[in-house]
Amino acid sequence: MAVHEIVIAGFGGQGVLFLGEVLAQAALSEGREVTWLPAYGPEQRGGTAYCTVVISSEPIGSPVVSDPTVVIAMNRPSLDRFEHAVRPGGLIVCDSTLTGRAPERTDVQAVAVPATAIAAELGAVRSANVVLLGAALAAHPILAAESVRAALDGMVADPQVVARNAAAFERGAREGSRP
Amino acid sequence: MKRILMKGNEALAEAAIRAGCRAYFGYPITPQNEVPEYMARHMPRAGGVFVQAESEIAAINMVHGASGAGVRAMASTSGPGFSLMTEGLSYMIGSRLPGVVVNVMRGGPGLGNIAPSQGDYFQVTRGLGHGDTHGIVLAPSTVQEIVDLMPVAFELSERYRLPVVIAADGILGQMMEPVTLPEPIAPPPPPDWATTGAVGSPRVISSIYLAPEDLERHVLSLMRTYQEIREREQRWEAYRADDAEVLVVAYGTAARVVRSAVDRVRAQGLAAGLIRPITLWPFPTTAFERSPRRWLVVELSAGQMVEDVRLALSGRAPVGFHGRVGGVVPSPAEVAEAIRSAVVGEVVRA
Amino acid sequence: MIKDMVEVTSRPRSLVDVPLHYCPGCTHGTIHRLVAEAIDSLGIRERTIGVASVGCSVFIYNYLDVDFQQAPHGRAPAVATGIKRVLPDRVVFTYQGDGDLASIGTAEILHAAARGERITVIFVNNAIYGMTGGQMAPTTLSGMKTTTSPYGRDVRQAGGALRVVELLAGIDGVAYAAREAVTSPARIHRARRAVEAAFRAQIEDRGLGIVELLSTCPVNWKLPPVEAVAWCEANMIPAFPLGVLKDTTRSGD
Repeated sequence: MAVHEIVIAGFGGQGVLFLGEVLAQAALSEGREVTWLPAYGPEQRGGTAYCTVVISSEPIGSPVVSDPTVVIAMNRPSLDRFEHAVRPGGLIVCDSTLTGRAPERTDVQAVAVPATAIAAELGAVRSANVVLLGAALAAHPILAAESVRAALDGMVADPQVVARNAAAFERGAREGSRP
Repeated sequence: MKRILMKGNEALAEAAIRAGCRAYFGYPITPQNEVPEYMARHMPRAGGVFVQAESEIAAINMVHGASGAGVRAMASTSGPGFSLMTEGLSYMIGSRLPGVVVNVMRGGPGLGNIAPSQGDYFQVTRGLGHGDTHGIVLAPSTVQEIVDLMPVAFELSERYRLPVVIAADGILGQMMEPVTLPEPIAPPPPPDWATTGAVGSPRVISSIYLAPEDLERHVLSLMRTYQEIREREQRWEAYRADDAEVLVVAYGTAARVVRSAVDRVRAQGLAAGLIRPITLWPFPTTAFERSPRRWLVVELSAGQMVEDVRLALSGRAPVGFHGRVGGVVPSPAEVAEAIRSAVVGEVVRA
Repeated sequence: MIKDMVEVTSRPRSLVDVPLHYCPGCTHGTIHRLVAEAIDSLGIRERTIGVASVGCSVFIYNYLDVDFQQAPHGRAPAVATGIKRVLPDRVVFTYQGDGDLASIGTAEILHAAARGERITVIFVNNAIYGMTGGQMAPTTLSGMKTTTSPYGRDVRQAGGALRVVELLAGIDGVAYAAREAVTSPARIHRARRAVEAAFRAQIEDRGLGIVELLSTCPVNWKLPPVEAVAWCEANMIPAFPLGVLKDTTRSGD
């Protein structure tokens, strides 16, 4: 089974680490091996925050990834920083509301989703990260959508937020499955 | 058993409580702050003691007191704080006190940075304070291994009556991985030598022996313990090593990167393998009895463990070194290139 | 009265019957006895744990018949914290000199006090480093000659004598703070009461108890023992006023 090496990047406060943890919990529920590694420096405040999630069916060697298979970029600095790192044939998903540009690479699958605008439209601007998660999973079957949705629900206590996230996830999935 | 996701720092704290640790003393320092935070929340519920000390100097001396009173006690810190603890560690060794200290290593020297590092290797294997000091040093490379080694650390510490150091790094502390936690065990009763009040004749825990012949006798006894540890407690793991023409030596996080790199070069037909020391002291010399053509040591340091590898091999084979410092972690691709270079005889970043 | 006389002449149960290693005229022996008397009178010998410090009194465990841990220089309050926290029903005391407590160990005593550790601190101040051979201490008096202040302590250069119990008495966690001297039978009698009160502060769970005891060091002061006592009376007591600075059992303190 493929090894997924995923980098999720954005501003601190956009739910970057949360998104990584959703994937990690979902991987755990599928019985996979997984590592979740945050950038734990001062970058947590203000600048580019990111985390790395590695998912595999075998024991995982390096939790540090230099050429990820998937990048979820939630702002322009993240897209600028990680676009060129993605392995050829890999996936870039970006929030085009905030990146202001689409990915330029032609040797990867690029999905530009106006996630912040969609989330605002859904009345849940803080769920932009979940829109991107839905899009990423629809574009590239890293894990089963059901286990990711279950992990997402399991990590939030507020039922209103659960409902909002569910809507954001479905909307993202539609965006991600467009050709 | 249920697997759950836990951060290394939190897993080690929970594993310590489950191993019967009932006293934790610490001082905030990144990247290990989740340990005191977790202990502050959970130690009181376990009926144990949490104290935020005024310094790492105070913290290790609180471990001295609690451990001397017969309770499983520990502290955690990172490099700069570990330097401050070495005074107390020397006294604990001189007084034959158990106790566990976790060093979640960060970049140095000085304040350095908070990124992962293995730059404290010499300090933990050679420098546990002044005098002829040694303590067993355990180097986990996964969050599960941190959990598995925690009860081992307390048991070894009590068996030999010496402190045990767990040498982790910023990645192991901050990373989440699935872990299976063991069932909690009850804390062992205080040993006979513990100062719990002199109901019989008084007990003294001390490291002072003024007469040279007395101190020599004391240190010779320590040296016998050190030798016993060298003979009995070497731990290491081999990965794809049996038919390897090049063996890479790495521990902790560096060993994980090497493991990935070994897989990469194997896929390209190069027979590489990994020797991963789990005890840094005693250094697992038994892993070096059989030697391939080439060796490479990979560390997140300027080259420290490489000296032990060269000593273990005694000149039987060339040993290359590839190290990254400052908190930079090499990629598997970079290490794979270093392995290929080692085979053709080049020494990268010697 | 007869009963009192018997007590004065007998060896306390908690004081071991061996010759002391201290120099002639040193007052550590007197202070050891005061500690032993307090332990006996409170009936706590079997549940008392002492913490020895670094200095002349490092071997106190040879003289007091209780369990002991010997701490690194200045760290006795931290070691005592570790013991007391895991054995809260025991009585834990430190025995520290002026170099140990007032110089290298200031952080440890200050924060043990700030945490209100239920420990007792016996602080012996003889204004000099004895064990290392007569160097300037934080409590060395202004103008006093030592091997490292050979022209007399210059306040401009080396600061003045540190009055520690006054500092500690201002901390909420301290329940009892006093300074006494052991330079005459009357003063020793007062000192005995202070040592016992410092133990009671712990036993009654009120906070940290500390007694500073002005002591002599004839050898390093380069004075005969009797003159050393007189020198302490004439010079140290004016610089370090005696009395109870804080006692939470008294209203208004």
